[in-house]
Formats: sequence, structure tokens, C-alpha cells
Amino acid sequence: MALILEKHKMPEQDPKLRARNFQEVALGYDEETAVAEANRCLTCKNPQCRTGCPVDINIPAFISKIKERDFDSAIGIIKESSSLPAVCGRVCPQENQCEKHCVLAHKGDAVAIGRLERFVADYQLDKNEEVKPIEFAPDAQKVAVIGAGPAGLTCAGDLARKGYRVTIFEALHVAGGVLSYGIPEFRLPKDKIVKREIDNLQKMGVTIEVNSIVGRLFTVDELMDEMGFDAVFVGTGAGLPHFMNIPGESLNGVYSSNEFLTRCNLMKAYDFPNHATPIKIGRKVAVVGGGNVAMDAARTSLRLGAEKVYIVYRRSEAELPARAEEVHHAKEEGIDFKLLNNPVEILGDENGWVKSLKCIRMELGEPDASGRRRPVAIEGSEFELDVDTVIMAIGNGPNPIVASTTPGMDTNKRGNIIADEETGATTKEGVFAGGDIVTGAATVILAMGAGKKAAAAIDEYLKSKK
Amino acid sequence: MFKIVYKKELSPGIFHMDIEAPRVAKKAKAGQFIVLRVDEKGERIPLTIADFDRDNGTITLIFQAVGASTMELSKRNVGDSIVDFVGPLGQPSEISAGMGTIVCIGGGIGVAPVYPIARAMHEAGNKVISIMGARSKDILIFEDRMRAISDEVLIATDDGSYGIKGFVTTALQQLVDRGEKIDQVTAIGPGIMMKSVCDATRPLGIKTIVSLNPIMVDGTGMCGGCRVQVGDEMKFACVDGPEFDGHLVDFGNLMSRGRMFREEEAKAKDHVCNIGLGR
Repeated sequence: MALILEKHKMPEQDPKLRARNFQEVALGYDEETAVAEANRCLTCKNPQCRTGCPVDINIPAFISKIKERDFDSAIGIIKESSSLPAVCGRVCPQENQCEKHCVLAHKGDAVAIGRLERFVADYQLDKNEEVKPIEFAPDAQKVAVIGAGPAGLTCAGDLARKGYRVTIFEALHVAGGVLSYGIPEFRLPKDKIVKREIDNLQKMGVTIEVNSIVGRLFTVDELMDEMGFDAVFVGTGAGLPHFMNIPGESLNGVYSSNEFLTRCNLMKAYDFPNHATPIKIGRKVAVVGGGNVAMDAARTSLRLGAEKVYIVYRRSEAELPARAEEVHHAKEEGIDFKLLNNPVEILGDENGWVKSLKCIRMELGEPDASGRRRPVAIEGSEFELDVDTVIMAIGNGPNPIVASTTPGMDTNKRGNIIADEETGATTKEGVFAGGDIVTGAATVILAMGAGKKAAAAIDEYLKSKK
Repeated sequence: MFKIVYKKELSPGIFHMDIEAPRVAKKAKAGQFIVLRVDEKGERIPLTIADFDRDNGTITLIFQAVGASTMELSKRNVGDSIVDFVGPLGQPSEISAGMGTIVCIGGGIGVAPVYPIARAMHEAGNKVISIMGARSKDILIFEDRMRAISDEVLIATDDGSYGIKGFVTTALQQLVDRGEKIDQVTAIGPGIMMKSVCDATRPLGIKTIVSLNPIMVDGTGMCGGCRVQVGDEMKFACVDGPEFDGHLVDFGNLMSRGRMFREEEAKAKDHVCNIGLGR
């Protein structure tokens, strides 16, 4: 069979149409396309794709099953390694992971591993099969997981499958972490995907307690000493929004990306006043930052009715940290990229509302510590961008509530928990940590990888204690 | 689900509710707040803890039914439940023995959150002088409770229907004029009231603590919507506060930010009024 150098296209909503609705942008492969795409896989003797997967999914094996149209076995293979395949198939940066290592990528497009994962995950979710509850031994040991985001959910799922009784404590009123409050509906549907994946974990036997802030309601020490948990996993993520510390950030019309996205995704402000949480979107919006969160905020602004949306980013297109696909989608929808521009001040009107964003033009200088060329301001090049809403999407730091109430669990100078890279073990015995709270803001799949490693380490630790 | 076990309309539009939340009640301290959501489509609203009962596992909330969500809450009755209730949030008040004479000022329903602070100050052995302010006598709340835990209570009403005619600052001035040595003022109420108190105490060099209740979504440090300018620093009221040194707070910005969603709030209120409980 001749090599097909291009991956099969995934149907998408028309850009003009989708820029004004919250329905999912990418519509997924149908069965025939999935099998055809799977058939592009060369079934290498020495497959490299798997080395790029942070949770070590047996990629060649599940693709082979798709070729055979045995979709049940395909998803079974993925689930041996991943608790959230329908999520990962949508939001993983596959181009930097599994697909980057695909041998076909040398000649053309890699096999669309992410799209295939999504296809079989959705296939199974749509079947609505009964999830078999785990039968726990009467003397099963108990593990507390703090935070129901990607790291915590993965860690909990793996531990439950090993026979541990797991309770996840979640601060918000909904589980999912960034999957629920951060990533928008049009990229990751909440009821259709996120809620069902979490429901399945609960049906399997994982307990989730929402509205429970560890550090306030009870401390980590109380979990272990009084509440009978034998080990604790901390996966509280990167939830404290950064601001630029430029004048005008307290004006009305300025949001952190967290606030903006939380109002829209978690609280469903796009359905205001039917849902009670308000959101205010101006006619012209500037989103500051170049990552996936910035793309999400910009595209959400459009869908809320903004007429003009800018991405303001201080480096050039090549340095944009967002996934190529997100940048592509944003451009298709009409987002205006103001690259090599850095905000210096937000100007307000007499009522305390944003009236413009003052920026300075930048040029790229010598590479900095990150290896990227350092942006340098061009003197005297300031200009005002006429906007009435500014969204700061420049990153998040660690929330201090758990660390500050857990003596013996050390953090670094940025406030991230210090944990062993392989095991997630912290400086406090029996307490493990992983995901953004350890590494700083990263991706869903890296957090899941950390949750997975920690689950294995917690298993070892608890066996040794028994 | 969190059950309402007590409800009373203290004065028109001002409600007292006790909510069953044993885990929160066990840990709650003076100065902290909770976030609740009435129903599945509700918004998260922060309310300061007015009292807690560890034995019965309840939290007391005092609120004014002014917006859509507080109106929704006010329609719930004893035996009904609300869907979400999370806390205790924020830093507790700093309270210890030997702090001296503390003037606790509560304006309007701000009397409710100042009550547990005043009580704890009193229990720690400090002298507590309370100033309660209201527009008029019939909307004054918590008088008996405040009298029970204060060494002295001054009442100020705008219309002079009870106590001193004037504002809480009028009463504060009387204390200063009679030579009372004040070690700290704790003031909770509308922004403009707290600002006036701070303007009065600043030249006198009296340490003044205010408790802020800005717009917030999650209440755990995640949204940054509650950011306030305190001196040269930007602080999050939910995790760094809600109490701050009042002399450093930029009240102008605080009050301006409080108006960010005014149009939407009016729209939401219309929506609730039009469809009643059926949201």
C-alpha cells in the first residue's frame, strides 16, 4: 500500500459560525475515517510514538485494534494507562509528544494518534456501558487526594484500580479542576465529556467530596492522624493568577484569564441571566499572553459577542507557547494577533473603566535563559490600542493554602511543592504531590503523568507499611 | 446539600439564617467568611460568618436581599436546602489578650460580621466598646447580642430615631472627645463608612482594621476578582484578607470595582422578579 502522507482531516464547524457559539469546534472522526487513518500506521518494529507519551499508552497496540475494527479492545488498551482518554484525545499537545516521534512525521504528517484516541474514547462513552464497581477488601488502605483536576483524578483512578479506597477533596463545587473551570466548552464539552469521565471514576468506587478546602476544613495532618488516611496526594494545580504589575490593572474591565474563564465555563455566564453569574464583555478585547489559556480567553470573548479581539504578545509568532492548532483555530475565527507588543499601562475613563491598552513595540534580541530570543522594547514606540476589556493570561502560580498549613512539606522559593520527579514523594512522609503544584503551570497530560507515577509510588509505600 | 435550620426576617429585607454545615462550624473563626450557591444555576456568593455553633454544627448568616442571588436565598425556608456551602475562607481576625481597648464598629448589616470579632475580643479579656450604626431604629440588628459581649455600646442612627443622631463616626468622635484611649478600631460596613472611619482615625494614629467584601467568584485565590490595592501591593481579599489595615486600603478603587457588574445585577434582579422561584 502506498504511503498516505497527509492525515485524514477532522470535520470542524465552519469558523464564521463557530466563532459565535459554544459548541465543540472539532467534530471527531467517523468509523470509516478512523479505520482509514489507523491504516496509515506502519506498525513499526521499534515504535517511537510510545516514548513520547507521558502516561505510556501502548499506542501501536490500540491502533492495531482500530484497524481490526475492534474498538472495545482499543479503548481497553488505552484505559490500562489513561483515566481520561476522551479528554486527552482533545487537549493533549500530541504534535510535541507521541506524534512528534511517529516515523511518518519525517516524510509527511504523523498518524493522527490524538484523533484516534478521541474516536475510541467517544465510541465507548456513547455506548453508556455500566461501569463495574471495584470490590474493596475490608481492610483496604485509605488514600486522600487533594484536588480533582487531571493529576488528582488520574492518581485516584490508578489507586482505586489497585484496591485502595480513595477520597478526593475538591475546593470548588464541581470536580475536574482546569477541565471544568478553565478549558472552554467549545474545546472540551463539560456534560458530554468531562462530567461523564468523572462519573465513571465515581461509579468505579472513587469518592469525590466537593466544597472541601483542605487547609481550611481540615489539614493534611488531620487527614492522616484523625481521619484515617494512610497516604495523601496533593494535586492542587496552579490556580493563583499572575498580573503584570502595570498601572491600571484594578480598573473595571480587567480580568485575570482565570476569572474570565471561570465565570464562563464553570459558572456558565454565557447563559446569563438564566445562570446567575454575570460576565461583562466589551466591544473590543485585548488578551495579554500567547499560551493556550490566552487563545481560550480570546476565542471565548468572540463567542460572548465581542466585535474585535486582539492577542497581545511580547514575542513573535515562533515563540507562541500555544499549540499550533489553537493558534490556527483562533486565526480562522478572526482573532487579531498583535505580536511583538508589550503592555505598559491600562488607561481608564472617568468612570474607572478601561478605555485603552498602552503598549510598546518589541524586537527580538539575544536568546535568554529559556533559549528563546529575548524581547527588547523599542524606545519611543508606545501606542494605544483602543479596547474596553483586558484579559491577563500571563500564567498562574501555586495556591498556598495547602502548603502553608502542612508543616514538614517543603516548597521552593516560588511556592511550588518540592517532590521527587519519579515518585512525587514530598519531604513529609506519606505525602506525595504532582502536577502544576510541583512543576508550575504545564499541561493536562503532564499532570496526569505525575498523578500516575505518584499512584505507583503510593502503592509501593503503602505495601511496605502494611 | 446544606439545610436551613433557622430563618428570621430581622427587619424588612434583612434576614438571619442558620445553615447546617458541621464541618465548617467546627473550624470557623471570627473574621472568616463562606461562599454559597443557592441552586444549580446560582452564582457563588461570599458572606461573612456572623456566628457559629460548634455543638449544633451551624453557621449563622445575616444578609440583605438586595441582589438576585440574595433574593433567591431569602425565599428559601427552614427545612429547605442550598446546594453548595464552602468555608471557612480567609484569614481569621488577629485576636489576643492584652490588646487593650478595642472599638468595634458595625454599620448596617456590618454589625453581624463584627459581632463574633467583638465577642472573641471580649472573651480574650480586652475592653470592647461597640458602635452600631443604622439609617434608623427599625433596621438596627443584633443589639442584644452586641450588648451582651460589649463593655459599652453606642448607637448612631442617621435620622436620630435611636441613640446619637449621626453616623458611626459621630459616635467615634464622642469617644475621642471624652479622652477614651483607643488601641484599635475594627470597622465593618459599607465601603464609604469604612473609608470615613479610616479618615477619622488616620490623623489620630489609631490602628484601624477593616473587613472587605469585594466581588469574588471562587473565594480560594483562583479568580483574582477580589483584588484590592493595599499600600503599594495588590492583595486578594479572599486569601490575604478579608481584613486589612484600613489606612492602606484604596477605598475609591474598591468601591468602583464593586460597581463592575451593576448593569448585569439589575438585569439579573429583573429576571428573578419576573420568573419568581422558577429559575
